[in-house]
Amino acid sequence: MIVRILGEGQYKLDDAAFAAVHAIDDRVQEAADAGDDAAFAAALTELVDTVIATGEPLPADDLHASDAIVPGHGTTLADARELLSSEGLIPN
Amino acid sequence: MGLMGRFTTIVKAKASKALDKAEDPRETLDYSYEKQLELLQKVRRGVADVATSKKRLELQAAKLEQSVEKLDGQARQALGANREDLARVALERKKGVQLQLQSIDEQRATLQAEQDKLVLAEQRLTAKVEAFRTRKETIKAQYTAAEAQTKIGEAFSGVSEEMADVGMAIERAESKTETMRARAGAIDELLESGALTDVTDGRDSIDRELDQLSVSSGVDAELERLRGEIGAGSSPAPDQIEGGGKAS
Repeated sequence: MIVRILGEGQYKLDDAAFAAVHAIDDRVQEAADAGDDAAFAAALTELVDTVIATGEPLPADDLHASDAIVPGHGTTLADARELLSSEGLIPN
Repeated sequence: MGLMGRFTTIVKAKASKALDKAEDPRETLDYSYEKQLELLQKVRRGVADVATSKKRLELQAAKLEQSVEKLDGQARQALGANREDLARVALERKKGVQLQLQSIDEQRATLQAEQDKLVLAEQRLTAKVEAFRTRKETIKAQYTAAEAQTKIGEAFSGVSEEMADVGMAIERAESKTETMRARAGAIDELLESGALTDVTDGRDSIDRELDQLSVSSGVDAELERLRGEIGAGSSPAPDQIEGGGKAS
């Protein structure tokens, strides 16, 4: 599976690593639903760091599309809402 | 759907909008390549814009640094003249200017981080655009229009996603730069109004008081000198200055 971290490039993950990332993603979403800024920041940092730690970076000139896309380091809950609100994906 | 799913959906949607379609798929390749080059130009402009904003903050910081030095000098001078009240005013102002400096420093760091991100984004996009160009030429040389269709999809997917990513990075940098400009404008106004001591503005109220102090102490010294001359002088003192020469 290929995961793109916005603004930080793409990583190739095996199925086990991708499953682990998915589990963390659930916690990120829970924090977003609860409107818990600190929990969101912590879970997202863990998610992004896990992608980097367990994935293999793709060369910059690789033309493969990603299977999944996550926001980059330092994205706050407010940032995420703003990025997604244009498409109405996060209900307020 | 988790956050990852939402972001995947939104970026893919943006990516599909990044593509132009033409009658002949092989023309589509050229259209898209043009668009990629335009985006690269835009990223480079974005880097330059951020650098300009950063420069402005640095100039403001330099001005404020001068104010800090000047106020510090005024405080010393006032204290030397036994005017603690005046020294206090100067030090209060100095504190205010130092707080502004701190905030400018934080803003500068934010802009630096945005600039670094854009530079890296530009490098990644450049690599993808170059790879796309090679792939595009291969497709145009080896495939008929009908065959090209599937090959094009493969070539497009990665580059269009990168374009969407870079597009979002540029937007974020632009909005941060915009915020900084507004703040920098506010500080400029403060400097101009003299609410912060502006060195280029020349003399401020503390300066004037200190001038007044040095004038009166200068006059005292001059009086002492004249008295000395008159007391020690061979010529008799003129009548006019009788009564005016009484020391206070």
